[in-house]
Amino acid sequence: MTEAVLQLSGVHTHIGQYHILHGIDFVVPEGEITVLLGRNGAGKTTTLRTIMGLWRASRGEIIFAGQNLVARETDQIARAGIAYVPENMGIFGGLTVRENMVLAARAGLFDHRRLDWLLDLFPPLRTFWDLPAVYLSGGQKQMLSVARALIEEHKLYLVDEPTKGIAPAIVDNMIAAFEELKRARITVLLVEQNFEFASALGDNAVVMDNGRVVDSSPMSALAADATRQEALLGLAFEADRG
Amino acid sequence: MRTDGNNLPPTGGRWDWTPVLLLPIAGAAGLLLTPSLSTWITLTSAGLAMGMLIFLVASGLTVVFGLMDVLNFGHGAFITVGAYAAFTAMAMTPGLVNSPALSDNLIALLVALAAAAASGAIVGLLFERLFVRKVYGDHLKQILVTMGGMIIIEQVVLMIWGPQERLVALPPALRGVVPLGEATIEKYRLLVIVVGLALFAGMALVLSRTRIGLLIRAGVEDHEMVRALGYRIRRLFVCVFVAGAALAGIGGVMWVLYRGTLSAGIGDELITLVFIVIVLGGLGSIVGCFVGALLVAVISNYTAFLVPSMALVSTLVVMVGVLLWRPSGLYPLK
Repeated sequence: MTEAVLQLSGVHTHIGQYHILHGIDFVVPEGEITVLLGRNGAGKTTTLRTIMGLWRASRGEIIFAGQNLVARETDQIARAGIAYVPENMGIFGGLTVRENMVLAARAGLFDHRRLDWLLDLFPPLRTFWDLPAVYLSGGQKQMLSVARALIEEHKLYLVDEPTKGIAPAIVDNMIAAFEELKRARITVLLVEQNFEFASALGDNAVVMDNGRVVDSSPMSALAADATRQEALLGLAFEADRG
Repeated sequence: MRTDGNNLPPTGGRWDWTPVLLLPIAGAAGLLLTPSLSTWITLTSAGLAMGMLIFLVASGLTVVFGLMDVLNFGHGAFITVGAYAAFTAMAMTPGLVNSPALSDNLIALLVALAAAAASGAIVGLLFERLFVRKVYGDHLKQILVTMGGMIIIEQVVLMIWGPQERLVALPPALRGVVPLGEATIEKYRLLVIVVGLALFAGMALVLSRTRIGLLIRAGVEDHEMVRALGYRIRRLFVCVFVAGAALAGIGGVMWVLYRGTLSAGIGDELITLVFIVIVLGGLGSIVGCFVGALLVAVISNYTAFLVPSMALVSTLVVMVGVLLWRPSGLYPLK
């Protein structure tokens, strides 16, 4: 059986007076892509932010590579080996594409082959290498956000809705990029509402609703069962599948 | 093999010159309205010198706000402490201060600037530890606590140096004027402009060419993402806070020598202008702070000459005008 890189046990998160996560339990196996699915407001983004320490877990354990991340600072969690692509992409608009990438390469220098590989995956980044990122389109910013996470090797990648608001052609680019990553056996916890994208890439599916995990299964099983999809995912995916 | 990525072809960027153009426009308007070229030169040089002073004090504060969203209403304390430390340093080097030789006077000034920067930095470090660190993320508490911190520091200054206002004379070689045709420019104003430009150039170089500058620029835009990339943003913030306090100390000594008197309330005098400048410049923007400081000071100087009763109002009019044009300031970062 594949070893779990990340394990969440009974994780609760409060934001102010609101109780958002109600005892989340799931594992992310090494070398696989695990997709967090669920309707808007189900708690997917909160889960990623809690893992990163951007919101504190009020209870429970988040075990990553044998260490409990709860109560650790975000920068410590990142240095432990987790890369994060936030929902808002987290691009520094005043910095050039190159400077955005330089910041992510914490040693200050890029691995030449890895950089070439990423720029081949996302050609607009090469074209606009010295342009302030504020001038990139939404899709190009998304490519930069993903490339920035991938420029260094990490044990786990947390990626929050990489297809949100981007054109279908760029979604195809993104699928191609993630397929290549999947072949390289990197470990990803992906939040995604586009079921076509999620089912094309995911090895495992974790479905959330109202701050709870309501289903956890191999993606192939969920993709093959339309009734279960309807029951678990509701109307949120109607448009995507239509 | 590793690379810094500079081998890739340049693709160019765009620089927004429009706010900078406001400066020559203001200068041209001043030239049209003032009665003579010599008056205009005097007013403009005084305005530029004042602008540099405001910039020195404001630059640290704007980055502190941009980086950690901290409203430090106690920034004026660093001006006061820096000014008094420099005053003490000058009192300890009378031979250099009173010498007729320019080189001796400049050495005395350098010693005073170093004392001001060092004392500003030390007080800044203590201030961050004692007051600011407790109130991250709460603006109301920040305002109250930092104002309280400033009052405490001013009282300590009064205890050490006493309540009486002191006269601070310029060293002999820095007094007087430099003739420029029919106009004259005070030597000290020229020195302030040179120091201000040098520090601005230094800051611009650090921000644009160094990794720590890159981190500061990124942190001002999105400090959460910088933390998520694995950087200790709090440590960076403390460094910036201390550097900003040192710059305020330098601004303090330059300001005291400009106005010729020193009292414990000196920090309060500049702080309103400083807040106006960082808001109209764009919170967190060093370039915006620089352009904004010069713009406010030059326009205020022209107005004080043409319509003295409107001098203070002109500063607010400039701020309102800029914010109507660009609601997030001249060079918004967020």
